[in-house]
Amino acid sequence: MTAPALATRGLAKAFGSLVVANDIEIELPKGVRYALIGPNGAGKTTLINLITGMLQPGAGRIFLDDTDITALPPEQRVRRGLVRTYQINSLFPHLTALESVTLAVCERTRAARIWWRQLNAYPHEIEEAHDILVALKLGAVCHRLTRELAYGQQRLLEIALALATRPKVLLLDEPAAGVPREESQELFAVIAGLSSDITVLFIEHDMELVFRFASRIIVMVGGRVLMQGPPHEIANDPQVRSVYLGKAPLVPHGPRHG
Amino acid sequence: MALGEASISPRLHLAEQTRWRTPEILFWLATLTPYFLFPNYLSLASQIAIAALFALSLDLILGYAGIVSLGHAAFFGIGAYTAGLLSKYGWGEPLSGLVVAAFAAGVVGYATSFVICRFRHLALIMLTLGFGLLLAELANTLGWITGGMDGLQGIHTWKLLGTFPFDLYGRAAYAYALVVLFILFLFARRLIHSPFGLSLRGIRENFVRMPAIGAPSRGHIRTIYTIAACIAGVAGALLAQTTETVSLDSLGFERSAEIVVMLVLGGAGRLYGGIVGATIYVVARDQFSGVVPQYWYFWIGILLVAVVVFLPNGIVGGLTQLAARWGRK
Repeated sequence: MTAPALATRGLAKAFGSLVVANDIEIELPKGVRYALIGPNGAGKTTLINLITGMLQPGAGRIFLDDTDITALPPEQRVRRGLVRTYQINSLFPHLTALESVTLAVCERTRAARIWWRQLNAYPHEIEEAHDILVALKLGAVCHRLTRELAYGQQRLLEIALALATRPKVLLLDEPAAGVPREESQELFAVIAGLSSDITVLFIEHDMELVFRFASRIIVMVGGRVLMQGPPHEIANDPQVRSVYLGKAPLVPHGPRHG
Repeated sequence: MALGEASISPRLHLAEQTRWRTPEILFWLATLTPYFLFPNYLSLASQIAIAALFALSLDLILGYAGIVSLGHAAFFGIGAYTAGLLSKYGWGEPLSGLVVAAFAAGVVGYATSFVICRFRHLALIMLTLGFGLLLAELANTLGWITGGMDGLQGIHTWKLLGTFPFDLYGRAAYAYALVVLFILFLFARRLIHSPFGLSLRGIRENFVRMPAIGAPSRGHIRTIYTIAACIAGVAGALLAQTTETVSLDSLGFERSAEIVVMLVLGGAGRLYGGIVGATIYVVARDQFSGVVPQYWYFWIGILLVAVVVFLPNGIVGGLTQLAARWGRK
């Protein structure tokens, strides 16, 4: 059996007496599409912050491809292929979409260290950034400033930035947060179409999307992993139903919320 | 419009931004006019060129990487004292003096950058302020080297390229300062259009996101801080060489503060802002302080408030917007 793409062992974090992550053990095999679900405040985003190094864990270890990365700073985890997106857009408002993605590509190829040559001298980086934008249907607006893009396009740009780093493991924090229903279907179609070399973990509240796009589901409650397994097991588990699904209908209607 | 945007190759579109525009060319031609229009003001013109170079160095860190510094005169002063001491103790060749001054300022810039790169916002402002005050006090204490309150005397700058003497009218001085300014401007222009320059804008736009795309922001900040220190050092050296004196205020807090004011007046993050700001500031100081010296700060205060309130991107930013509006008509 090959090593999991990403694994955590006994990961824990507390802010004072508030335990936000408690003995979290997950294993993501290569290429799977995982959903991370749980009620608000369950610690889903905290888990992503811990895995990507934005937060330091109080205890536990994180492995990427069997390599212990617990001590690495965030940017080095990205260089090794562990990349995230944000629930609330975290973009570069006064850069164009193309400049933003080119920036990310240049950081990967290390062209970003070059200050004595103009950007034009790097056609491969620019073309690659452009290709990513075209693949995410942002080709036509690639010269617009980020802040002038429609909200849904900004959500796609979040993913484009992550893809520019050539991730092996991609952690998507509510990629469709705030996006209208029809558009979030398209957004998830994009995610489903990503190369099968990329292992994806996404946080999502819309159960219809979760059951459609995830091959496995992790349920978190109160900073703990309650259960993990394939969708039908999760859907039929009485414990999951009582703590999470019971509060919201299996396929929710009405307005979405972040 | 969307179609037109998409049909241009993405590389050409980015290349278009680096093209020289007519106003830019006119601007640099205008820097030659003091020789014909104001031959009695060439010393003032070289002061402007030196201040502009200093402001340009600040623009690289403040305007492009978002590092607000209230101690940038430290590097200006190090450059000035290095060039001054070099000349005082027997080596008055100006060009090599610039290089040594840039190196000295760069070494100190590099050393402090390791602390600078770990902080943002208010902490960063206080840090740069603290470093600046430390250095100013150090220069004051080491009076036997720096001349203390009396300033560094006995500087003699040799002929430029062995041919052109620095005369009283400032003909050689202005040419010298202007050429150095122009060369370093070309350097800065190239830098901000490089992949590294793009990363700096990323740091300014969203510091928090940078590590999440794999960017070593701290390394980038160390690099640009060192480069900016070198350029500030060259500006200081130019002042020492052309005026043949260095005083303690060359690295004082007031100089750090006034260079921020010049940059903000002109507009940060647009290369020309520092040059325009320095021109307005130095000319205004010369004109107003001649009449009633204490009123000078009154006028610059009004100008600063007006620019910050009505032209958040400075005078150059305002002009660019105006030009864009005209172009659309």
